[in-house]
Amino acid sequence: MGFKNAPMSTVKPVENKESLFSAEVRAEIDKAIAQYPEEWKQSAAMPALTIVQDDNCGYLTEELMDKVAAYLDMPPIAVYEVATFYSMYELKPVGKHKVCVCTNVSCMINGSDRIVDHMENKLGIKLGETTEDGKYTLKEVECLGACGGAPMFQIGNKYYENLTPELVDSILDGLE
Amino acid sequence: MANEVCLRTLGLDRPWDIDQYRSIGGYEMLKKIFSEGITPEQIIEEVKTSSLRGRGGAGFPTGLKWSFISRNAPGQKFVVCNSDEGEPGTFKDRDILRYNPHQLVEGMIIAGFAIGATRGYNYIRGEFIEPAQRFQDAIDQAREAGFLGENIFGSGFDFDLNVHLGGGAYVCGEETALLESIEGKKGQPRYKPPFPAHFGLYGCPTIINNTESLASIPMIMEKGGQWFKDLGVENSGGTKLFSISGNINNPGVFEISMGTPFFELLEMAGGMKDGRPIKAVIPGGSSSPVIPGEQMMDLTMDYDSIQGAGSMLGSGAVIVMDDTNCMVKVLERMSYFYYEESCGQCTPCREGTGWLYRVVSRIENGQGRPEDLALLDDVTEKIAGRTICALGDAAAMPVQGMLKHFRDEFEYHIEHKRCKVGS
Ligand SMILES: Cc1cc2nc3c(=O)[nH]c(=O)nc-3n(C[C@H](O)[C@H](O)[C@H](O)COP(=O)(O)O)c2cc1C
Ligand code: FES
Repeated sequence: MGFKNAPMSTVKPVENKESLFSAEVRAEIDKAIAQYPEEWKQSAAMPALTIVQDDNCGYLTEELMDKVAAYLDMPPIAVYEVATFYSMYELKPVGKHKVCVCTNVSCMINGSDRIVDHMENKLGIKLGETTEDGKYTLKEVECLGACGGAPMFQIGNKYYENLTPELVDSILDGLE
Repeated sequence: MANEVCLRTLGLDRPWDIDQYRSIGGYEMLKKIFSEGITPEQIIEEVKTSSLRGRGGAGFPTGLKWSFISRNAPGQKFVVCNSDEGEPGTFKDRDILRYNPHQLVEGMIIAGFAIGATRGYNYIRGEFIEPAQRFQDAIDQAREAGFLGENIFGSGFDFDLNVHLGGGAYVCGEETALLESIEGKKGQPRYKPPFPAHFGLYGCPTIINNTESLASIPMIMEKGGQWFKDLGVENSGGTKLFSISGNINNPGVFEISMGTPFFELLEMAGGMKDGRPIKAVIPGGSSSPVIPGEQMMDLTMDYDSIQGAGSMLGSGAVIVMDDTNCMVKVLERMSYFYYEESCGQCTPCREGTGWLYRVVSRIENGQGRPEDLALLDDVTEKIAGRTICALGDAAAMPVQGMLKHFRDEFEYHIEHKRCKVGS
């Protein structure tokens, strides 16, 4: 067949990979690598970026992306492509709590505008911004697959559904 | 008939637990396949008999798809499950992952056996961290119990399964973009052909199916393809999960027979909020053209009925809107979505989605021009069918649907520079 599919690998793998990340981070990345065929370490690029991002207060730097590339024997450009393509990777510092609020159709017709306005007023920031104390970031996201609980947002691992301004207050005020 | 297939575990108190799944006969079918020597060919025949059509949106017959794989060709093959659930309005696969993960595991093992694959991946959207953990726990329990791993029940068949989390890109729900994403790349769809059955994950033969399609397999095998088929209607066998949301009292996921009248589904979902009139329904996820409310009340929920009304059953995501909604505003939001999510590979989609959004947006904001509707017609025609994947069509269809049924609202906006609704 005239089609080929091979990983993008570097010519010369780096030595001393232990120095790239902490032992815990390496253990997690190694676990991800083990899920894929041996010659396809590159498949672990997405999980590795997530692990590294979580370990770095929720965002990626160029240095960290370069390290991921080195760890996975990938050219840095291949890692930048991944990190810039997917919306869940953050390339700038974010607040301690990233509030991802859905404004897609089902949420919109159930009042997500009101929820966004309420949060913008409460926190004194606009969508896409972070509070000065670095505690909250407001991020507008597309449908998160929870339209039955519209309007909704996600903070960390958790979905919060059927939001009202009062509920938003108690959730945000309850975060450390 | 409700909750017969994918959501049959809903009555259990810990349905994600392997013991509870086994208490209702879970994994028995898998054991039976090995103990009774049911062959891969027989499995594929049964799935064909069931007339199961892909639940991810395109509705392609699942049994037929599986038969495209040359089972005995040498080399690795893969089963990939699509739990990306990105189509706006859809929230059913999340419930399968949360409340019946083992049935999906079992379905994937059976699929693997049917096509001769020893490895599977479930691509779960990255935001579904908790549902993905449920599924991962199910994998671990199944491995512990000997349903996954090497030489399953002395059958000589090996199968193992892993989760791959997405990163927040709608286009990765498209099957070849999804494969690219598992390969550690940005998710841009591939040209087809070759189809994944010949050149899929890592270049190997691959079947890729939606979560609901694969989770239906164990019941189809247990009760028979004919049983499943008879749950539904001609051309639309079985039951289907409908995610219904919008201006209704009791939104949620309902597993009901194909062919159920829409008004019954609406009743199950508690009817219209505040008793308001139903204005419009998006019947199959935001990519499917809108249908006016009154017309929808006469339709049944199956492929042919919805298609006959000029739309698509799609992923079964039903968005119900009452008379307080401005269709221009709704379309503006949808067009923004496709503009935002276009992967940028094909010019008609990359440029066209931006045009659609900007033009609809200026109409919504009172700056529409008399020639704008003709412009929208023209742009949608120039996107549809001219792109590598169906995201282009998905962006064009909602615009075409809105202009067909609610053109007057758009004209009003352009002429009066404000909304017709509430004025
Ligand atoms: C832009 C786009 C997004 C899609 N998103 C999804 C999705 O989130 N989930 C899904 O199962 N299928 C999705 N599909 C359909 C898949 O390409 C594919 O048809 C499906 O996974 C096949 O499985 P099935 O035959 O079981 O439906 C999408 C298609 C396109 C063009
Ligand atoms: S529209 Fe907000 S979760 Fe689907």
